[in-house]
Amino acid sequence: MTGNSAKSLILPFAVLAAFEVWARATHLQSDSLAPPSEIVMALFGAFADLSILAATRDTLFSAFAGLAIGTIIGLALGIAFGIFDTLNRLMEVTVEAIRPIPSIALLPIALIALGFGYRMEIVIVAFACVWPILILSRAAVRSIEPRLMEVARALRLPPAQRVWKIIIPAALPRIFVAFRLSAGIALIVAVTVEIAINPLGLGAGIMLAQQALRPDLMLAYLVWIGAIGYALNVLLVVAQNRLFGRAALSGDGA
Amino acid sequence: MNRAALLWRVASFAVAAGFIALWQLIANLKLVSPVFLPGPDRAWASLVRGFSSGDLWSKLAGTLEHMAYGWLAASIAGIAIGAIIGSSRTMRTYVAPSLEFLRPLPVSAIIPVAIAMLGLTQAMALFVISFGAIWPIMLATIHGFGAVEPRLYEVARSLQMSRLAVIFKIALPSASPDILAGMRLSLTVALILSVVCEILAGLDGLGHWVLLSARAFRSADLFAGVILLGITGYVTSVAMSLAEHRLLAWQAAQR
Repeated sequence: MTGNSAKSLILPFAVLAAFEVWARATHLQSDSLAPPSEIVMALFGAFADLSILAATRDTLFSAFAGLAIGTIIGLALGIAFGIFDTLNRLMEVTVEAIRPIPSIALLPIALIALGFGYRMEIVIVAFACVWPILILSRAAVRSIEPRLMEVARALRLPPAQRVWKIIIPAALPRIFVAFRLSAGIALIVAVTVEIAINPLGLGAGIMLAQQALRPDLMLAYLVWIGAIGYALNVLLVVAQNRLFGRAALSGDGA
Repeated sequence: MNRAALLWRVASFAVAAGFIALWQLIANLKLVSPVFLPGPDRAWASLVRGFSSGDLWSKLAGTLEHMAYGWLAASIAGIAIGAIIGSSRTMRTYVAPSLEFLRPLPVSAIIPVAIAMLGLTQAMALFVISFGAIWPIMLATIHGFGAVEPRLYEVARSLQMSRLAVIFKIALPSASPDILAGMRLSLTVALILSVVCEILAGLDGLGHWVLLSARAFRSADLFAGVILLGITGYVTSVAMSLAEHRLLAWQAAQR
């Protein structure tokens, strides 16, 4: 395995080194490219003046707030639809009519209703996060072992306890998979909203660097955004394996 | 569809109609300022007006064009590159991990770089859309090629098939469910990136239309545009499902 991971590192380092040499040899003057060494310097600079940290805080705050709201709404609807088949069938057309709206299309509506800032970004992120959670938690609740529900009935658990003690624990591994997917979506949507229009966070930072003709800073932001996306993904995968082990795997394919 | 399912469907439509009626009621009572929330009647009127004057047709065509070109380019390039990487064990060990590393990158972050290179142009939009849409297709192709039943490769070796023949006759058909699933994911990505690029670069399309409507506080036009984008998302995904069903019919029959 170590041999393979070493091999997988050869290509990125070779590309970076070749690019560095090429940029130095041709004395690259460009508005869109910068040699890797300058990108690293720009990244350090942005860390030193704290600008990139403030932008990261803004982006992650919006992404996580939207993710939290979207998860709560999606989970409530998903569990309700999973338990009450009648409700699910009645709501089907409504859900299928709203779901395909691309989240980013709501941007102008959120803009005139809420103005620039955190709120409009959080609303759009929440909208995007609701659907995967709703669909996957509904499927998770439906696939709960029927005997567990029979036990709940035999114990005469009231509905609230039935949800809390039986349904959520049984469906939790697959719900976490949905949450992991949504967390990735939340970051993507937050950055996209910032790039498109909202003047805060990492997306605005990278746009500003582009407009200021600072390719080194722009690419430093790009690298940093990629690193955050990667770290978030790794963190959630590790958490999933720690918390649920193999139990979550059954939900990954669905 | 049997009778009970049909009845459920009708009931479900009735519920949706009920929500639209509620929306109309809220708009009529002005519970939310009409500047933000037009009633469905006004949104519908704006849709009809837009289509009869041809305005919305050209915007819709613009968005569909961006989406289709970007997505097709991504599909062709994604399958080709994926096939090259996926069909060679060396490439899979050396290249595939770098690609997996890039997967969680929010693709929209590439937009400023594309703007710096290509300006606010159609070429920029096409680059961004195809760059965003290529990942799911390419990674699905690599995965699909890696998951081909090894015995099929043994058959190919004993028949002394060339690498191209192996790709076209064995690996591609066997990986097609993965590839089509990737292409379906990419369709959504392409639509979202089309809208973002239109908003940023002012290219002719629904994204630009909804932004202009919002800036001018023409909420009816804005909702008409958003509804149309929803329909676009729905229709393209249904069309993709149908195509998937058709193209994979041979596999279902085999099982």
